[in-house]
Amino acid sequence: MGDDQLSRVFAALADPTRRDMVARLAAGDATVGKLADTYDISVQAVSKHVKVLTGAGLVSQSKDAQRRPCHLEAEVFDLMTKWIERYRQQAQERYERLDVVLADLRGDEQPTNHPHVQQGAAS
Amino acid sequence: MSATSNRYQVSIEADPTLPIIRMTRDFDATPAHLMRAHTDPELFARWVGPNGMQTRILDWDATTGGRWRYVAGRNGEEYGFHGCFHDVGEDRIVQTFTFDGQPDDVALETLRFEDLGDGRTRLHAQSLVDSFEGRDQWLASGMETGVDEGYAKLDTLIAEL
Repeated sequence: MGDDQLSRVFAALADPTRRDMVARLAAGDATVGKLADTYDISVQAVSKHVKVLTGAGLVSQSKDAQRRPCHLEAEVFDLMTKWIERYRQQAQERYERLDVVLADLRGDEQPTNHPHVQQGAAS
Repeated sequence: MSATSNRYQVSIEADPTLPIIRMTRDFDATPAHLMRAHTDPELFARWVGPNGMQTRILDWDATTGGRWRYVAGRNGEEYGFHGCFHDVGEDRIVQTFTFDGQPDDVALETLRFEDLGDGRTRLHAQSLVDSFEGRDQWLASGMETGVDEGYAKLDTLIAEL
């Protein structure tokens, strides 16, 4: 179940028109009719896109039968951000270990020429 | 090393139009040192594994057309990974990556070491996977407890709609 839903969120956002709709809805709720006005596509086509966004949990529609304005579910974005942040954190830990390895390589090559090491007097 | 680790953060991007993950990270090192840390098996094993896991290299030929295989282990649990080095250049590695637990899935990884001068290098890592599903599972992988929690929250959100 979980994997399907995450995939649906990403798949929903893979379409440029739907990404644009999400950007518009971020500014405020809008009806399907109003969304259709801003694109060169039919109300039916907009409805299809809204259905995909709704299925992914990104957008909700109120029960008001006539208008049914679309509303962006910002929380789903927060969840996605958190997932990616955890992945990022793992990568960050990995690269901090790489920092240590690279510091050793620097040390091996320039044992007497480190900028923070005081140069010896005469030799 | 704490000054170094605070200084450089990984940035990560999941491409919305292609099943790709892109990461960039700066290092206080030359491209040649980064190349060594990625191609010398002893150095690579020191940093690649997740925290608390030991990496054991089983097969390693970091040359164009070569191959690699290693296992990451902790408390008797072992996870194997393997792939091929498609191209090992001066500042670029192109390789495939497969988790043994999902042998049908293969990612194509491109690592590029961009010389920033002054002994600094920017790593550009790009992973292209087979599908958005694969990419998203990968992003969700390794999160252990966190991901279940996340999915549970998403389940609740979707149920409320």
